[in-house]
Amino acid sequence: MSAHASETHEFAGTTKMFLLVWLWLVALTGIEVYLAYKHLDPLSMLLLLIGLSVIKAGLIMAYFMHLKFERFALVLWIVPAALLCIGLMAALFFPDGYRLLHMRP
Amino acid sequence: MSEAKDVALESPWSGGGSPFAIGSKKLGMWLFLLSDTLTFSALILAYTYSRVSNPDWPKPFPFSPAIIFSTIMTVVLLFSSFTMVMAVAAGHRGNRRAVVWNLIFTMLGGIAFIVLHMTEWMHLIAEGVRPWSNPWGSPQFGATFFGLTGMHMTHVAVGVVYLGIIAIGFGRGKFSAEDVEVSGLYWHFVDLVWMFIFPMVYLMSVKY
Repeated sequence: MSAHASETHEFAGTTKMFLLVWLWLVALTGIEVYLAYKHLDPLSMLLLLIGLSVIKAGLIMAYFMHLKFERFALVLWIVPAALLCIGLMAALFFPDGYRLLHMRP
Repeated sequence: MSEAKDVALESPWSGGGSPFAIGSKKLGMWLFLLSDTLTFSALILAYTYSRVSNPDWPKPFPFSPAIIFSTIMTVVLLFSSFTMVMAVAAGHRGNRRAVVWNLIFTMLGGIAFIVLHMTEWMHLIAEGVRPWSNPWGSPQFGATFFGLTGMHMTHVAVGVVYLGIIAIGFGRGKFSAEDVEVSGLYWHFVDLVWMFIFPMVYLMSVKY
């Protein structure tokens, strides 16, 4: 019985909330496009754009992918693992990036 | 089926099979998405690494058409994610008609994205960009650009087919609300990846 109830379980979140999240995502995209024409130095630009993209990814995962409403154990299973693996790749990228940009003979 | 689901949803302290309280399909999709995250991270880092290591990296994206196109593509993809979440919510309410229509709108969003992206590719190809050369600078640009965006476009195309199958199956009563939700996870992930490709590839290489 409980299984059947979960099958037609109310999916948390209202149309209004999803619309609001969508509007935020579009607004953040607009800010990113605006920033692209601000003639910032590449590192500041990269950090700003990545920061905004991480916020957008967070919104998508939390609301659209429903992670906010799942059991927290699922979040702990997915997010740290992904961050660790991406972090390991990035950890190799930054020293090499520095070497290439500042220590080129 | 209901018995297996009961075990999965029970509390782990009372002998439940899953500490995450989700079905195996959803768990499997999350695992796949985790591995796909690494694939895309590697491709994005390869692009960025090539860019940093080549001072003559081209900046081939003028406001019109490239940035206008890619911004519209971003909004289209975001909107398809919205219709997707509407489909999932309708699925849980048991509203078959709403699920199918929202899935159709989501697929149309995906198809619009592919058409716009292919048009944008054709602009670059017409200007002489190839995977091994381009008229402006480092030849690695083509390989990394087409590799990364092509991989993403493939995901969108596969997603459109996947959603089509889910729409037909759910419309005929063969698939459950969980199946719609699992396909939704895939679609939102494809959207999420674009949220990184768009700024890192397009906005970082704007031609002023």
